[in-house]
Amino acid sequence: MVNSTSFAPWNDPHAKPLIQFKNVTKRFGAFVAIEDLTQDIFAQEFFALLGPSGCGKTTMMRMLAGFETPTQGQILIDGQDMANVPPNKRAVNMMFQSYALFPHLSVWENIAFGLKRDGKSKSEIETRVAEMLRLTRLEKFKSRKPHQISGGQRQRVALARSLAKGPKLLLLDEPLGALDKKLREETQFELMDIQEKTGTTFVIVTHDQEEAMTVASRVAVMDEGRIVQVDTPDKIYEEPNSVYVADFIGDVNLLRGQATARKDGSGDGGISIAWAMEQPDLIASNADQALTNKSVTLALRPEKVAISKERPPEDGPSGINALEGTVIDIGYLGNLSTYHVQLADGTMIKAQATNTRRVARRDISWEDTVWVSFTTTAGVVLEG
Amino acid sequence: MQRIVLIAVPYFWLVALFLVPFLIVLKISLSDPALAIPPYAPTLDLAAGWQGFLEFLRALDLDNFVFLTEDDLYWKAYWSSLKIAFTATFITLLVGYPIAYAMARSAPEWRPTLLMLVILPFWTSFLIRVYAWMGILSSEGVLNQALMWLGLISDPLTILNTNIAVYIGIVYTYLPFMILPIYSGLERMDDSLIEAAEDLGASKLGAFWLVTFPLSVQGVIAGCFLVFIPTIGEFVIPSLLGGSETLMIGKVLWEEFFNNRDWPVASAVAIILLLILVIPIILFQRNEQKAREADQ
Ligand SMILES: Nc1ncnc2c1ncn2[C@@H]1O[C@H](COP(=O)(O)OP(=O)(O)OP(=O)(O)O)[C@@H](O)[C@H]1O
Ligand SMILES: [Mg+2]
Repeated sequence: MVNSTSFAPWNDPHAKPLIQFKNVTKRFGAFVAIEDLTQDIFAQEFFALLGPSGCGKTTMMRMLAGFETPTQGQILIDGQDMANVPPNKRAVNMMFQSYALFPHLSVWENIAFGLKRDGKSKSEIETRVAEMLRLTRLEKFKSRKPHQISGGQRQRVALARSLAKGPKLLLLDEPLGALDKKLREETQFELMDIQEKTGTTFVIVTHDQEEAMTVASRVAVMDEGRIVQVDTPDKIYEEPNSVYVADFIGDVNLLRGQATARKDGSGDGGISIAWAMEQPDLIASNADQALTNKSVTLALRPEKVAISKERPPEDGPSGINALEGTVIDIGYLGNLSTYHVQLADGTMIKAQATNTRRVARRDISWEDTVWVSFTTTAGVVLEG
Repeated sequence: MQRIVLIAVPYFWLVALFLVPFLIVLKISLSDPALAIPPYAPTLDLAAGWQGFLEFLRALDLDNFVFLTEDDLYWKAYWSSLKIAFTATFITLLVGYPIAYAMARSAPEWRPTLLMLVILPFWTSFLIRVYAWMGILSSEGVLNQALMWLGLISDPLTILNTNIAVYIGIVYTYLPFMILPIYSGLERMDDSLIEAAEDLGASKLGAFWLVTFPLSVQGVIAGCFLVFIPTIGEFVIPSLLGGSETLMIGKVLWEEFFNNRDWPVASAVAIILLLILVIPIILFQRNEQKAREADQ
């Protein structure tokens, strides 16, 4: 995995970005697909684009590959303005969302296509293609045509083909969607391995947050043509900058309320949130007091919410934020269980607990009255 | 039972409309010309019974086919037909491919209209359209007048009644048969394939030759056969637009049949023509079969 403590060129003001989007806007007719986007991506990054369908991820990739030209703004790769550089003159390769394998060519010829265009010698091509076939475990299928292999194998051919030329920048548009979980995880690690070995910069589009979290050095969360937040995976998860990001990444409880500064004398700073009648205010000691008197949302990950049959002690760390409710549903995920707890006012809270005991011996079950609780620093307070 | 009926219908169709007429023509080709109605002998007299049938068979011979080999007019006509058909097919391909390509690349909302324009000429009679070309190509025709008015030429060009006019007629007539299969192949092609080729370093022209063309080759082959096969036996175009130099087997056949009233020789000419056509027809079927397999 990319070591995020040592590799962080985005924090270095002197680092030269490999890719620069400068106020890029892309319109299709009147429709704005990318809106005033400014973003740097650095060499050797594994940059993941995450966002709902139609938010402009593929469009961003296509502008990098040279298939779309920005309506406004500039894209620089390695400091060079890409405006008039055609796709075949860019040291960029793309793995297409639809794979775009050449149906009349065999797997081997598909992978060799780019190498042949570079005028590589026959033996060089042979070696390189063999290497790619081995990497994607396609040796057995090398003489088959694309329509004679499975969806997952096709995806691997597309991957091998885009990797073959060893490009400076590799664009992967949902590269692993059609693979089963095990193969996907293996391929993810292989991608990271390739990335480390070759120093290739990867920009990857994915719908799978776990994948983005696993492979990426930074994750960009997009919404309707804009990048809402760019950060390392842990920061995106732990410190989302908006309700949108918190909601988009992972499972989250969103509790909306009115913030007031915490009374002095309680020791810590932070705010308290009046959020529902007949419910105690929630305390967030990690929140900025500047949010006082604003309407805020407390975003709380289920795994940071504890569940118990007894009320946790008032003076304990989870005793301050404790809410009573009834278990409505239990989602069994194997190693974890997610408890859906309904509070008296109807609010649903999700709490997650590790299944250290066998199911039969679990002490909390449906309809039980339980307490959900969390520490004063468990959540993130967001405006709005 | 249902299956048998289902299969029997097309077989009956083929037997009634292809095999029986073929056998009749074959029989005539083995007969001798005669001043009678119909103008050949022997005729099959079923009333004479088995004996009469044997009598009839004994009277059949290969004289007409031998005759075809003796007079070099015929094999020259076959050869010239093949040459003209081949050249015309090639020109039709050169004209048709870019049109099909442009159609497939045009905005999707335009495509039905463009297809319509390609098919539109079929709505008027073929003969009328060929006569129209006579009007265009003759020495006082529209084309010569336009060229002279533009000052490009001072004397009218002789186009009508030459092979050039025949080529123009064939290319014009059969162009839709070339465009449609190529278009349907190109239209189905995924644009991202070309992008992928360019992404991997191919130029626009390279992407065309390495991806677009190979993927349309089935359509090209189909189109070529659809033009080539009917062109070999073409009669109307060479006799209306062609001149004395234009030697095509369809015309020879017509003259044999109507001018000389030599039905047996005309039939022999037709049988040989059919045998020549069998080869490209089989190749065409193979190509179609391959295309179907590739689709699956
Ligand atoms: N050529 C085009 N013409 C018009 N609109 C387009 C074109 N290409 C993309 N769009 C629009 O731009 C928006 C962004 O498209 P894009 O393909 O970038 O989405 P995406 O984020 O990749 O979605 P997905 O996750 O479904 O692949 C979409 O609303 C799409 O309809
Ligand atoms: Mg996409």
